[in-house]
Parts: sequence; structure tokens; C-alpha cells
Amino acid sequence: MNLITVENIVKTYHLGSSDVQVLKGVSMAIQTGEMVALMGASGSGKTTLMNILGCLDRPTSGRYILDGEEISRMSANQRAIVRNTKIGFVFQNFNLLARTSALDNVLLPTTYAENGLSTKDQHKRAKALLDRVGLGDRMHHEPSQLSGGQQQRVAIARSLVNNPRLVLADEPTGNLDSHTSEDVLQSFEKLNREEGITILLVTHDPTVASHAQRIIHIRDGLIEVGAFAAPPATTAVGAGPAPDATTGKKR
Amino acid sequence: MRKLATTLKTALRALRRNPMRSALTTLGIIIGIAAVISMVQIGEGSSAAIKQTIENMGANTLIVFPGQAVSAGVSFGGGSAVTLTSQDAAAVARDCPSVLAAAPQVNGRMQLVRGSQNWVPQFIAGTSPAYFTIRDWPVVEGRAFNNSDVLGVNQVCDLGQTVVKELFPSGKPIGKTILVQNVPLKVIGVLAKKGANMMGMDQDDILVLPWTTLKFRISAKALQNQNQSTATASTTTTDQLYPETAQSLYPVPSTSEQTDTPQPVSFPNINSILVAVPSTSQIPQAIAEITALLRQRHHLQPGQPDDFNIRNMAEISSALGSTSRMMTNLLTGVALISLLVGGVGIMNIMLVSVTERTREIGLRMAVGAKPRDILSQFILEAIVLCLFGGALGILTGQALSSGVQHLLHWPIELSMPAMIASVAVSAAVGLIFGYYPAWKASRLDPIDALRYE
Repeated sequence: MNLITVENIVKTYHLGSSDVQVLKGVSMAIQTGEMVALMGASGSGKTTLMNILGCLDRPTSGRYILDGEEISRMSANQRAIVRNTKIGFVFQNFNLLARTSALDNVLLPTTYAENGLSTKDQHKRAKALLDRVGLGDRMHHEPSQLSGGQQQRVAIARSLVNNPRLVLADEPTGNLDSHTSEDVLQSFEKLNREEGITILLVTHDPTVASHAQRIIHIRDGLIEVGAFAAPPATTAVGAGPAPDATTGKKR
Repeated sequence: MRKLATTLKTALRALRRNPMRSALTTLGIIIGIAAVISMVQIGEGSSAAIKQTIENMGANTLIVFPGQAVSAGVSFGGGSAVTLTSQDAAAVARDCPSVLAAAPQVNGRMQLVRGSQNWVPQFIAGTSPAYFTIRDWPVVEGRAFNNSDVLGVNQVCDLGQTVVKELFPSGKPIGKTILVQNVPLKVIGVLAKKGANMMGMDQDDILVLPWTTLKFRISAKALQNQNQSTATASTTTTDQLYPETAQSLYPVPSTSEQTDTPQPVSFPNINSILVAVPSTSQIPQAIAEITALLRQRHHLQPGQPDDFNIRNMAEISSALGSTSRMMTNLLTGVALISLLVGGVGIMNIMLVSVTERTREIGLRMAVGAKPRDILSQFILEAIVLCLFGGALGILTGQALSSGVQHLLHWPIELSMPAMIASVAVSAAVGLIFGYYPAWKASRLDPIDALRYE
């Protein structure tokens, strides 16, 4: 079953009088429970695609269906609800609130949730998540008292607090050294394997991408390779660019 | 409701995260509100003080003069009729509810002699002890004469500062004796300094004594050689105490002699009645009461003109009114400006705060905050700051005004409306000046905000 279905997405930016087409008709799909890496050089449209997949932006044309809901026609407020309930974000620069305890940082998304969970339950869940990322003993530390890897693990716990279907990690190891990078990536792998959470890693680093089951390469606004998962019979762990996974070339 | 509570918690947490900035922002409001509170309270106090001072100058006093005497169509001018008596003064004080006190006044202009010094004061006022109350004139040394001095026609007097200076160059006038028309008067008190009045006359150039003493011992003495029948004309209790009736140095004239040579009669009239009214607003009421009472006492028929005039200090009263209006306007202006400055301070820091927290706003939006959530969070932050600042400002303002009260001895009026208004105003300032930065924050694009460096 596809968690994400993208059909022929075009994104055009208006810069003064000229139009710049950043995405030129992207189609792709991600299945529930997959761990996928989105790779591409800067200027390839990777960030734009990620923003659309993260419901932060809307495509100019084309369809984006996340978990059965069509996002491309949603208003800003509706997309805010989708981001809150279905997507967890992990950023390159962690984006933790300064001078705020790890626990409170993890609880941040629950402030905007309307799932009717009591404060007590939310606290319990946040604590359990911090335990799971190995920070059970640092709950009340502030970001400045945590190392980069620990901060990123707090961010991962935060991305999971509202039980999302998709975790979107934008260069999650970009600010970390190789050793802690490995730790963080292993946390992602563990989450994917044990919880079945769909993970999309956006990166330009092949080492990072190699942790994913599938790599989607984007170049000049079109997906070069890996747009669709391989048929179940040939699914292999690691990078397996499917031969038929090319986008329809327009014009 | 729960949503509001969470937003409030978020706002408080955000404010706590940067205590220094929150404190500085609040400071602007604290100073603004403190300024308003202390300004209003000190202002109301000084306004009351000014009002009291002006009332002391005579805004709340009335003077009743006798009417004019007319002889064969020739007017002798206002105050020339001989109609007012000390009993009139006593009746006014007793029977008019709007009158605080009334004192008879007998005037004179005579030479005072003390040893080799002599002096003619501007005012010689023969009156009753109520005079000191009406003119709000304390005695700084010795004592004021009292009612038994009036009834006893005692030869005592109180002096103004100028008279003391002229007659007693070395000071210490208490207990000394001065001569007025060769009548010795014992100085029993010295009046406080009052300065010039509105006409530029030196009010301290005054001798105050019991009116009976002036009327019957000093003025009467001048008439004594011609008139020995004063006593028979007198009917008052004080007249019965009048000792000069005993003097009989001349043979008593026979009835036929008396009818042949009528003697001028010293009618126990007074020159004017000084009346104090509790406040300037009661003056019209008091005038009506006095008019009715005196018409009755003087047996005037309806249609007959008054045989007296009542004057008030209209000029001073209107000065009083415009002064307090001006004070109020001035204070309102100052208060508004300081609040405006405080509000602009809030807006400024909130704007800085929005810029500084762009990434945070982006993050909040990414994890599901709607623009409305961001808007209400920032507005709430501003309002919380303002209310907190307002509370501290009220305390500071209160402290300031009581400090002023202790140091300058100004009367301070605790102003509950000012406090309530300033809390309301501080919340409003937070709302108004917090709205723009909050709106700006809510309009941020989460994509740009997340990447903001």
C-alpha cells in the first residue's frame, strides 16, 4: 500500500517577470513502512520536492496523496493539521527550542494537537520516546547541555510524539560527525524496522543514503532513478535502483 | 478554554526562556504605568492642595456689607447705611445651614504707638475669634483672642508680621503693650505670614482685636466727650458689661436739656460680616439663605430693596475652576504620552523578538501550528508582559507617590479608578501594540522561517 503517491507534480516559481520551473512533472510513490532516501545535488529541486512532501508547500499542478488524503488542494490550516498528525520533521540544525528542557521540546507538537490526549498521557508518551532514543536520564537537560547527537535524538523523539505516519528527515546528519551520524541513522533504521514507521531521508551524502532501502535520485526537476519501489519479489535491502523507475518525460 | 490555557502556558514558557528581554520589555510598561499612577495621584493631591490654597485666599468666603444710605436723593455709597449688627452675624452663623462660620467686622484706621515707634496699619479688624477660622489664619506665636476676650471687652490684640516688624524691631512682642488712640492693648499673639492679597495689599499689615474693644473702648473713646448716652442705647449682653457706663464725671443733664441738645448716638453697628462657606459650590445656596435671614431680621417687606449687599469672590472662584481643569488636562496628557511610549517600547521589542524567533516560529508551524496559533501566542505574550508590567507599575507608582507624600508633604489621594484604568490600559496597550508583531509572525512562510539564519 502506498503511503505517498505523487502524480506529475510541477512547481513553478515566479521570479520577477520570468517563471522558473523547479519541478517539471515528478511522479513517485513510497510504500508504508519503507525507508527511502531522496538524493540530489543542490538546485536539483530536492528541497522543493521535500517541502511539498512535508505539506509545507503546494505544487503548482499535479496530485499529491498522503495516506489517502489529497494534499494538493488543501488550505494552509488543513495542511497544518496534516503536518501535526501525520508527519514528523527532523532538521539538519535540530531546531530545538533553546532554554527548554528535552521533555518540553518533545512535547512541543502536542501543543497544537487536537487528538484529545490528556496532558498526563502526552507526558508519559514523551518520556517513553526519550527512553527509546536513549535519553531517559537527560529529560530535563536543556539543548545547550546536550551533544549534537543527543540533540538530534531529542528531535527524533519530538518528530514521533504525535504518532506520525511519515518521518521526514532533512539532512539529519549534516551537522554531526561521522560517528554520531552513524548512531542517529541507526536510530532511524531501528524505528523503521521495529515500529514500521515510514522514513524519508533527504540528503546529498551517499553514505547516509546507503542506510535506506531505496534511493530516489532527483536531477534538474525530474526523478532520474528510484521513483517507485521494486516489485515485492526482487526487494533487496540496500540501494536497488529499479530499471523501470524513470519518470515520464514531458515535452 | 483548554486551548487558551495551553497557549497561555506556551506564551509564559516563551517569556521565561528569555527573562532579560522580558524584563526589559516590561520595564517600559512598568515606568509608563508607574508614571500614570503617581502622576494621577500626585496630581490629584496637588490639585486638591491648590484648590485648598485658592479657597484659603477667600474663594469660599462671602462678605455682607450694609446697603447705601440715601439722604434727600444723595447717596452716600455702598456700606454707608447703619443696618448690620453683631447679632446679625451671630444669627447668620447660627441659622444658615450652608454657612460654616460668620464673624462681624469693625474696621478702623488709627495710629499705633509702642515706645518711640509708631505705625498706621493698613487694616485694623475688630472681630470675633471666628475670623481666624474663616480666613484660615493660624497664630504662630502666643494665642488668638477668644470669646471671653470679646465678651470681656479685653484690651488684647493679635498682630500681623508687618506690624510686629514696624513696632518691635527687636522682636518678642508677646506680653508687651501698644497704644491705640491712647488705649493700651496687650499683644497676646502673632499671626502667620500671609503676604499680599489679590489687590496687592499687604495682608500682614494688620491688627486684629475683639470687635467690642475696638467699638466701645477705642472708637467710642473718641466720641466720649460728646456722647454719654451710649450705654442707654446698648441692649446687648456685651453692652451690659461695658464698664464706661460707670463713668459719670459730668452732671447728668435734665430731660429738657437732653431734648434741647440731642447727642449723637453710637449705634452698635458693625461694618461688615465675614462669612465662610464649606465649599465654593455651596456659595449660591448660602447667599440665598443669608438674604432670606437678613430680610427677616431687618423687617423688610416684600418688594422693598435689600438694605445690605452680599459679595463673593467670583474672580477667585473662576480661577479655581480653570486651574483644576487645566491640571486635569495636563495630567491626562502626560499620562497618555508615557503610556504611548511604553506601548511603542513593547511593539519594538516584540518586533525584535519575532525576528529573533523566526526559526522557532517556522518550527512551530512545521509541527502543526496554524497562523492563528502563532498570532494568539504572540498577542498573549504581549498582554502577559503588559499586565505583569501593569501590576508592578501600580506598586512602583504607589511607592513613588507615598515617597513624594513623605518627602514633600503633599496630600496624596489614592485613586482606585486610576489603578483600574491603568490595568485595563496596559492590557489594551499589549493588545494594540502586540498585534502588529504577532500578525507579522503569523504571516511568516514556514519554509522561509525554518531556513532563516
